[in-house]
Amino acid sequence: MIFRVIYSFLSVAILGGLLGIGLAFASRVLAVKKDERIEEVESALPGANCGACGFAGCAAYAEAIVKEGAEINLCSPGGSDAVKAIAEIMGLDADVGSGERMVAQVHCRGSKATSSYLYAYRGVKDCNAVHMLFEGDKECKYGCLGLGSCIKVCPTDAIYYDEEGLVRVDRNKCIGCEQCVNVCPTGVMKMVPYSADYIVACNSNDKGAKVRKYCKVGCIGCKICEKKSPEGGFQVEDFLAHLDYSQQGDRTAAAQACPAKCIILADDSLKVKKVTETEKSREEKEKKAVNEKA
Amino acid sequence: MTYIGIIITFVFINNFILTQFLGLCPFIGVSKNVESATGMGFAVIFVMALASITTWAIYNLILIPLNIEFLQTITFILVIAGLVQFVEMVIQKVSPPLYKALGIYLPLITTNCAVLGIALINVRSGYNALESFVAGIAAGVGFLLAIVLMSTIREKLNNEWIPKYFRGIPIAFITGGLMALAFMAFDKALLNNLIG
Repeated sequence: MIFRVIYSFLSVAILGGLLGIGLAFASRVLAVKKDERIEEVESALPGANCGACGFAGCAAYAEAIVKEGAEINLCSPGGSDAVKAIAEIMGLDADVGSGERMVAQVHCRGSKATSSYLYAYRGVKDCNAVHMLFEGDKECKYGCLGLGSCIKVCPTDAIYYDEEGLVRVDRNKCIGCEQCVNVCPTGVMKMVPYSADYIVACNSNDKGAKVRKYCKVGCIGCKICEKKSPEGGFQVEDFLAHLDYSQQGDRTAAAQACPAKCIILADDSLKVKKVTETEKSREEKEKKAVNEKA
Repeated sequence: MTYIGIIITFVFINNFILTQFLGLCPFIGVSKNVESATGMGFAVIFVMALASITTWAIYNLILIPLNIEFLQTITFILVIAGLVQFVEMVIQKVSPPLYKALGIYLPLITTNCAVLGIALINVRSGYNALESFVAGIAAGVGFLLAIVLMSTIREKLNNEWIPKYFRGIPIAFITGGLMALAFMAFDKALLNNLIG
C-alpha cells in the first residue's frame, strides 16, 4: 500500500518536473526574437483595427512598417500625431501629408417622407442586398438607401439614424477610415474636411425636373447657391451643386436660399430640425392650396 | 474494418459536441464566423491526435507497470497541457504562418474537456496505439464538422430578424440543441447496417 502511495507521488512529481524543465529549456532554445520597435509602433497607433491603412489591423500595419518599410502615413485615424510618433521610433522624417482631417458625410436627406419609392422592400436589412434589385427601392438611384450597412461597418459607432430615420455621421466620432465609403453601394457617403461648415446633402446627377418628381429635398441644379454665395465655392456640375471646401467664403446665404433646402450644416442637428419645420409649413401651405382649389 | 468503425463512431454516432456534449465552450465561443471555426477545428484535430498517442504511451508504459491507473486523469491533464505548450513553441519557431493560423487556438484547447475526454475514452475502450490515434483524429473531425455547421448557421442568422431576447447566445443554444437532436439519428444501428 505504502509503495503505491510513494509510486504515485514520485511518478507525478517526476513527470511534472520533467515537463516543467523541458518547457523551460524549450522556451530558451525556441525563443523567437521579436523586434521591439513593432510593439512601440503598435502602441503609437490608435488600436481601432479599422483597416484604413490596407493592412489587417494595427498589429499587422506595425509589423509591415518595421519589417517591410511600409509608408508611415497610412493611418488616417491616428492623424499627424501617430505619424510623428512612428517617425520618431523609426528614425524617419515625419511626412504628415495633407494634414487636413477628413470625415465621412451622407450626401442625401431623402427619407420615406420626402422621396418616392419604386417598391416596398422586405428583404435582408443590407444596402447592398436592396441595391441588387433595380439599384435600390428608391426612385432616385444616387441617394441613401437607408438600411444602414455603413452603421454596421463603422468601428467607432459614429454613424446613426436621426429622429427622421436619416443616416447621419457624428463627425467628432468619425476617424476617417473610409470603411463606410467602401461598403456604400450608391456612393452617397463621401469624405469631406472636418472643418467643413456646410455640405450639399444630395448626390443626384439627374436633371432638376426629374429630381423634383421623386424627391422634395434633392438638388435641382438651379445655381441659386452660386449666385447667393459667390465666395462660398459652390459650383453646379451635372445638375448637382458641388462644394469647393478650400474656399472660405460665407455659405449661409446660399443655404438659406436653396429652394430644396439641401445645403445643410455638416454638424448641427438643431439646424436640421429647423429645416424640417420650414418644410412642414411648406407642405401645409401646399395642402391648403390644394384644398382651396378643390 | 475496426478503423472505419472507429471513424464513423467518433464523427457521427458519438460526436463529441452534439452527442457527448464535451467541449461546448469553443463550440459557442468560436463559432461566430466560419473562418475562425475552421481554424479551431483543425487545431482540435491536431491536439486530439497528439494527445491520444501520448496518453496511450503514458498509460501503457508508465501507469500500468506501476499499477497506478487511478492517476490517469491528473497525469493526462499534465501531459496534454505540457505537450500543447511545447508544440505551440515549436510551431512558432518553425512555421510562423501555421502559428498564425492555429496559434491563438492552441492555448484555448490545452485543458479542453474534449481533449481530456478522448484520452480517457481511449483508455476505457482498450484501444491499441494506432486505434487511439485514429480515434483522436476522428473525434477531432467530428468536432470540426459540428463547429463548422454551427458557424455557418450563425453567419446566416446574422442576416435574419430574431426576437430581441433570443439574439446572440440564446439562439445559438437553441440552434445547438436542434443540431444535437438531428445527430441523435446516428446510432449504433447505423454502424451495424454499414459494416455489419
